[in-house]
Amino acid sequence: MLMSSGANPASPEPPRRDFFRKTLAIVAGLLAGIIPGAAGLAVLLDPLRRKSAVSTFLKVTTLDAIPSDGTPRKFQIISDREDAWSKFPNTPIGAVYLQRQNDQVTAFNVRCPHAGCFVDAIAGDGFHCPCHNSRFNADGSLVPGSVSPRGLDELEIDPIALKNGVVQVKFQNFVAGTPERRPRT
Amino acid sequence: MIKGLLDWLDDRTGYRGIIDAALFEHIPGGARWRYVWGSTLVFAFSVQMITGFFLWLGYSPSSQTAWESVYYIQYQMAGGWLLRGIHHFMAQAMIVLLSLHMAQVIIDGAYRAPREVNFWIGLILLHLVLGLSLTGYLLPWDQKGYWATQVATNIMGIAPVIGPYVQRIVIGGPDYGHLTLTRFFAVHAGLLPLLIIIFTAAHIYVFRRHGIKHKEPLVGPDSTFWVDQVLKDAIACLVVLAVVLFLVIWPWIISMGAEHPGADLGAPADSASPYSAARPEWYFLFLFQFLKLKQFAGANEVYGAIVIPMGVMLLFALMPIVGRWNLGHRFNIAFFGAFVIGVIILTGMAIMEDRTKTDYQAAVKLAQFESRRAIELAQAPAGIPATGAITLIRTDPAIQGPRLFAQNCASCHRYDGHDGTGQIPGKDTDPQTASDLKGFGSREWLGGLLDPRQIDSPHYFGTTKFKEGKMVKFIKEEMAAADEAKKSRMKSVVAALSAEAGLKSQKVADATDTELIEQGQVAIRTAAGCADCHTFHEIAGDTEIPDLTGYGSRKWLVDFISNPSHERFYGTRNDRMPAFGAKQLLDETQIGLIIDWLRGDWYTPQP
Repeated sequence: MLMSSGANPASPEPPRRDFFRKTLAIVAGLLAGIIPGAAGLAVLLDPLRRKSAVSTFLKVTTLDAIPSDGTPRKFQIISDREDAWSKFPNTPIGAVYLQRQNDQVTAFNVRCPHAGCFVDAIAGDGFHCPCHNSRFNADGSLVPGSVSPRGLDELEIDPIALKNGVVQVKFQNFVAGTPERRPRT
Repeated sequence: MIKGLLDWLDDRTGYRGIIDAALFEHIPGGARWRYVWGSTLVFAFSVQMITGFFLWLGYSPSSQTAWESVYYIQYQMAGGWLLRGIHHFMAQAMIVLLSLHMAQVIIDGAYRAPREVNFWIGLILLHLVLGLSLTGYLLPWDQKGYWATQVATNIMGIAPVIGPYVQRIVIGGPDYGHLTLTRFFAVHAGLLPLLIIIFTAAHIYVFRRHGIKHKEPLVGPDSTFWVDQVLKDAIACLVVLAVVLFLVIWPWIISMGAEHPGADLGAPADSASPYSAARPEWYFLFLFQFLKLKQFAGANEVYGAIVIPMGVMLLFALMPIVGRWNLGHRFNIAFFGAFVIGVIILTGMAIMEDRTKTDYQAAVKLAQFESRRAIELAQAPAGIPATGAITLIRTDPAIQGPRLFAQNCASCHRYDGHDGTGQIPGKDTDPQTASDLKGFGSREWLGGLLDPRQIDSPHYFGTTKFKEGKMVKFIKEEMAAADEAKKSRMKSVVAALSAEAGLKSQKVADATDTELIEQGQVAIRTAAGCADCHTFHEIAGDTEIPDLTGYGSRKWLVDFISNPSHERFYGTRNDRMPAFGAKQLLDETQIGLIIDWLRGDWYTPQP
């Protein structure tokens, strides 16, 4: 300290008053910081109060477009997508594998239930995940020894529309990494 | 136990020494309110860092997402209005606090030896903060920020030799676009805050090195920063925050909840749409006014925009040297006083000039309307398309209708006496020579048209030859001494004809008055005599007078505006009105926008 003043020596304050001032200074300081911080925190946590879109049956394709020999084929799911401030009408929101056995169709979400990678369909050998090598049988069940906690996520198909040759899938994404299947909300 | 741990930590880090140095700064004469300004500035900047970071979490810098993401923060995210409001008004509070801080330093002579370097660091900080204001103003990418910032970057462009290159680098290309935003954002949120942190650290370090410049006479015994001064500083910061919070909610209070609280968000930036309400932030108004002085016209602009402001800044920078002599210090104070008075006068001039300018006032009103409308459209169920909110604006009749009308129709027509946008066209340049189209096709409008006292007013046929035409004569003779029966028949004709338009505003009336409308339809065909000349549905009338089938409907108007000289309308008798469609003066979309606007047919939110 270059500056000094000998003329005005500091006089000690009574301790009670000093304590009061210290508390007041800390409270005032905290208050000034908390208000802007709280506004920021509300924005940070805003995604928690948003729900994903309700899943409904979406038309994916017709029965005739799926190979009749049971080979899985990938189809895009087209729906309206809302992404924060943007709205995209009729845009791809995900994909499914469709497999046909006679007039029955099964649909799998393409995402691996382990960590969400896009699984590959291998002709005659079910599905492989390119990330952590999980393997799934053609019926979606897990091949023992794979790291995925469950088999591929099967999606509901509208039986009435199917009778008319139209494949409608209730498209959903599920929480990855858990043995039981829970839809993402 | 804890003491042992803290001793260990102090031994390894020396933290107690740092805290002691920070808190037990010696203050000769004790804590005073006049020492709080520096701390409030540190506080304001910290608040900007905090709120800025959280805004960053939601902001997306590109010309298709900047406005949209700011809209989303402001109107959709929880607490977003408060966050953005604090950031917006704290930025302005910072300018005020900087001015106070600087005024105090100059008046007290605190820039004198040995504090010269710290004064210069302070000047650098001032410019860095102004840089934050300038870059931040553009980021919401609304009309206001867009057009005001154009001025600043164009001034950059007139700097000698390097100007055009600097301008191009700053903008990221020849025109404003994605890269302008990414660059401004990187500078605003990255470079400038970093520099401010570095220079503030240096500022405080040098300040501590020389100690506080105490103001004589000392008012009490010496003390230390903690706790007396900290308490005063903290209270001052709370007051600053309270003022900012008040400004955030002020628009909401005075409108009694009608206006959204927080910082204003204008309509999305549009390089193709005029914005006559463009003004810089209030603290730059004096520079804006300075540049308008006629001494800086033409090639002299560089003096007003660059040379003189830089000269003034140089005088500021020289203050510590000039101030070595007592006379010099007085000169500095006088110069600073003159500067402040100049700023006040210029700012006052700018405000007064705008206050008396009716076209500026109309432009502000239009801007407010367009910004409210932009928010309304963004909140509509259809939402914001991937091409951005600008698409909503460009396809909205409520916004585009008035603009197109002003440009293409208002040289003859009027809309409620003005040109659609609120401006009154010049009596000599563009006198009203044709009808006033506000409420065209409505019962009120048609009621006036079929009223003998109103039909020959400029409101209907303007100064066209139809003012002395057969229709006017017919109505005047027919209705001059009309009895009650005739009057009520005319009322039904008006209702029936108006129902042909199918206006949104008359949906309820058209649906409830079916009987009246049916009577009117009969009257048009028979007793009222309309169909003696006009075509009405199955009854073919004369050509070259307007067809009344679907009169005022969207299709009727499209056909009419496309070609009024068609035989279904005025044919060869058409008086001056151009065939906007047939001659390709306007395209289909533009004609449609004018018509939808005239017919009041646009999206309105459900209450």
